[in-house]
Amino acid sequence: MSKIIMLPILFPVCAALIMIFFRRSVAMHRILNVAATASMLVVSLVILGSVRSEGILSLQVGGWEAPFGITLVADMLSSIMVVSAALIGFTTALYSLGTIDEEREHFFYYPLLQLLLMGINGAFLTGDIFNLYVWFEVMLISSFVLLVLGGRPQQLEGAIKYVTLNLLSSSVFLAAAGILYGTAGTLNMADLAMRIPLLDHRELLSVVAVLFLITFGVKAAIFPLFFWLPASYHTPPVAVSAIFAGLLTKVGVYAIMRFFTTIFTHDGVSFIHQVLLVLSAFTMVVGVLGAVVQYDMRKLLSFHIISQIGYMIFALAVQSPLAIAGALFYIVHNIVAKTNLFYLSGLVHRLKGSWDLREIGGIYRFYPMLGLLFLVPALGLAGIPPLSGFWAKYVVIKAGIDSEHYLLVGVALGVSMLTLFSMMKIWNEGFWKNDPRGEGSVEDEGYLRTPTMKKAVTLVPIIMLGFLTVMFGLWFEPFFEFADRAAYELLDVYNYIDAVIGGRS
Amino acid sequence: MYSIILATASRYLLLLLLMFSVFLLFRGHNEPGGGFVGGLVAAAAYALYFIANGIEAARTIVRFEPIMIIAAGLCTAVASTLPSLVVGKSFMTAVWVDTGIPFVGKVGTPLLFDLGVYFLVLGITLCIIFSLAEEDRL
Repeated sequence: MSKIIMLPILFPVCAALIMIFFRRSVAMHRILNVAATASMLVVSLVILGSVRSEGILSLQVGGWEAPFGITLVADMLSSIMVVSAALIGFTTALYSLGTIDEEREHFFYYPLLQLLLMGINGAFLTGDIFNLYVWFEVMLISSFVLLVLGGRPQQLEGAIKYVTLNLLSSSVFLAAAGILYGTAGTLNMADLAMRIPLLDHRELLSVVAVLFLITFGVKAAIFPLFFWLPASYHTPPVAVSAIFAGLLTKVGVYAIMRFFTTIFTHDGVSFIHQVLLVLSAFTMVVGVLGAVVQYDMRKLLSFHIISQIGYMIFALAVQSPLAIAGALFYIVHNIVAKTNLFYLSGLVHRLKGSWDLREIGGIYRFYPMLGLLFLVPALGLAGIPPLSGFWAKYVVIKAGIDSEHYLLVGVALGVSMLTLFSMMKIWNEGFWKNDPRGEGSVEDEGYLRTPTMKKAVTLVPIIMLGFLTVMFGLWFEPFFEFADRAAYELLDVYNYIDAVIGGRS
Repeated sequence: MYSIILATASRYLLLLLLMFSVFLLFRGHNEPGGGFVGGLVAAAAYALYFIANGIEAARTIVRFEPIMIIAAGLCTAVASTLPSLVVGKSFMTAVWVDTGIPFVGKVGTPLLFDLGVYFLVLGITLCIIFSLAEEDRL
């Protein structure tokens, strides 16, 4: 049964390979892309189901036993993340059908998307730090190419910042992994969790912990390492921005979550949680302030990613079971809502031909349903009940109050108001006010001429994700049960060690 | 610059170098060598041919487009992981078959994987060399 956990990695690579063989047939690429992501979604749900009923699944690749070989592990946290990745992969596959131009499609857009998903799934499922590094590279290299595909000057400018900073963080990662291996003699996460409390020489461990924090801080875009994100995320096509916004930073948050709850748990590195608390406050505030001043829709949303990451880091730093569960719920809620907002911004751009909120307006008058579809993720993100963001914020703030971090709770609430403000800014400027260019320009010719099929495939993902945002809010408890279970698993390391290493004896 | 000596020699060298690269590929199982080095040597053989005879001649002699060689290599490597599932072992476990033929002996999936790496490295290197050569001509 545990063999199933390699399928989320195997599916994308096989799909990408078949696509390269049929590289002249774009139609084939499209079909394969949707089929592969759909089957990934099914498989990941099966994994989630079996983790729920049977506990942590682990697979020793190549039959080499745990501390020596590479282990793939699916615990509750990993499987929830894989489900989210597959969901976003599937919706992006649909959305791409309607929005990606044929030139990009010919230049291996779909295989790259598959490889990106392979990297993300690998990072979520691996139980080995060096292997995690490899998956990060797979993910980053695909994302580099996706970012510059098209080759407009603006894209290249964004890509330079993105590539430079991410390569730098990769080398820090490698250095940290090297030092950790030198200190502990292993890179298997379960083995590390077991050995680190017993180590005699711990001097280097705090250095390693900080290095890992820097690495994952860059990937997750936390303060002060975030500036590559707003510089690059608005440059590629919307489908690419959306999948980046939804998943890439969350991989960083996932890694922080994994490292500082499973591996670095001893007293020597408890200062990390203090550092995380301070950083989370700055991340929240700087991100949202950046968003408030923006008029470019995608830049505004990009800054929001940073601010939302702050909430997750805050919850992680608090470290109580409730907070960890809250963080996880927050991640999933944010993946869904944020990706949806990017999809919608693409649609608005299609209708109005501009990203600049000052130049557009009047969408609500002609497309009231689209306005409704926008309000769901926008209010969800801001945390208006009964949508998912309300519960996500409620749990995180409740955990903050329980652990008496009143100042940070205040910051989180204030930032929440500003989030609402900036979401309303998009609403007021883009949807509510009259189009400054006059009524005649409202009907965008280009959009009206797009075939109905293309319109449908761009709308279906938006409706799907919007529906999920509502579902998370209305049926909060069954969803939160998963997050809660994941938090208990994470804080009880012995379970994890037992599933990876214990199975041997 | 066209040199008749190099052009003539490169035809024979190509064959020799390709044979050597296959030798390295097989040697790699127990001794230094393997798919990566083998692939590089094979690519070097074509690179030499390209230097001597120009890009068009090199493209003709390679026959396949580099990207297809890359895809074939990756496919072979992925395919080498699948027999482990058929025999019911853990994913990517090496599976060996004793052929009983003298000099061939046991054949297993690691060889298949190495073959995949060989074609992958060959394909990527050729892809880079050909792209650079074409850029140069523009």
